[in-house]
Amino acid sequence: MCDTCGCNITPGNRHLAEQPIAQGETAVSVLQGLLSENDRIAMHNREHLGRHGVVALNLMSSPGSGKTALLERTIEALAGRWRIAVIEGDLETENDAQRIRAKGVEAIQITTGTACHLDAHMVHQALHQLDLAQLDLLFIENVGNLVCPASFDLGQHANITLLSVTEGDDKPAKYPVIFRAAELVLLSKSDLLPYMEEFSPARARQAVRQLAIDPPIIQLSAKNGDGIDDWLDWLEGQMRQHRPAPGQFRAIATSASSILK
Amino acid sequence: MHELSVCRGLLQQVADIAATHQQPQVSRIQLRIGPLAGVEPQLLQQAFTIARQGSVAEQAELAIEAAPLIVHCPDCGQDSPASLPRLDCGHCGQQQTQLKSGDELLLLSIAFPSDAHQEQQDV
Repeated sequence: MCDTCGCNITPGNRHLAEQPIAQGETAVSVLQGLLSENDRIAMHNREHLGRHGVVALNLMSSPGSGKTALLERTIEALAGRWRIAVIEGDLETENDAQRIRAKGVEAIQITTGTACHLDAHMVHQALHQLDLAQLDLLFIENVGNLVCPASFDLGQHANITLLSVTEGDDKPAKYPVIFRAAELVLLSKSDLLPYMEEFSPARARQAVRQLAIDPPIIQLSAKNGDGIDDWLDWLEGQMRQHRPAPGQFRAIATSASSILK
Repeated sequence: MHELSVCRGLLQQVADIAATHQQPQVSRIQLRIGPLAGVEPQLLQQAFTIARQGSVAEQAELAIEAAPLIVHCPDCGQDSPASLPRLDCGHCGQQQTQLKSGDELLLLSIAFPSDAHQEQQDV
């Protein structure tokens, strides 16, 4: 980044910034992401979570694809293993948060009103309602929507996009941005596959791979437990990858306090 | 319709940059948006006409250039233009490619009305 004005111009992208200037104008080159304010808060969230050793995972999908049911099943499976909390995003109601709380896990409901996605600022406010020192794993259940949530970094460590078998196997081709944002794709409600002969898991997998990405894809059912072990294995991998090993906390705390000095 | 949120973020950035350069007004905002950015240029234009009211960009033109969709093929090593929904290699047909261009969501530059320039022209 340039020290004088904070712009992001490098020799590699300078040609993009050099636009012809109309008469009577002076121009400044910027080359920043359009969402740099959101991204700045997202980075702050990520640092805040990292300081407490909390791994945050953002779940995105269309409404009704089984995000909450998957979380209920996951909370049951991980009881006593990791300390979990959930941030729930919905336009209205506390219904999902109540389902999570019924499992004995803290849930913060964000009601967005008319906003069709969560952004880093909303998650930042929700984080302040949680005692991060008492947590290992934070799920963020985004607003059910296959379009808008994809554009906003929340400070999560990984994105998970769900595609339920009742939605059609061409959804990755129709909504490429949200599938391209995914570190993991879940084909959910696999217990319904016998009734959904038009849905081909192979075609769904191919549609994802044709977006110039290669994320792991797990087919699962929160109802009958199919594929849940694979999902839990992936979660354990995320915990290993994003959590400092015991002993590293002290090193991070020391370097943070030396920066503050 | 998240374009209004995107637009508000953009205007905040533009206002900050204008303040840094001590400019009360912005005359042009130049963006570059790819088809995989998740933002519709047309909707962003509409959102801009609403969101710019009362901002430093109230009189500004929003210019959006499209970034091309280009993939890199790890197999044959070549770049090729692609189109959605299949980002296959245009040379060898390999399905597993890497995106080289097409997900950009960039503020390239902003322009200010230049009083100094105007005065020069008047003379």
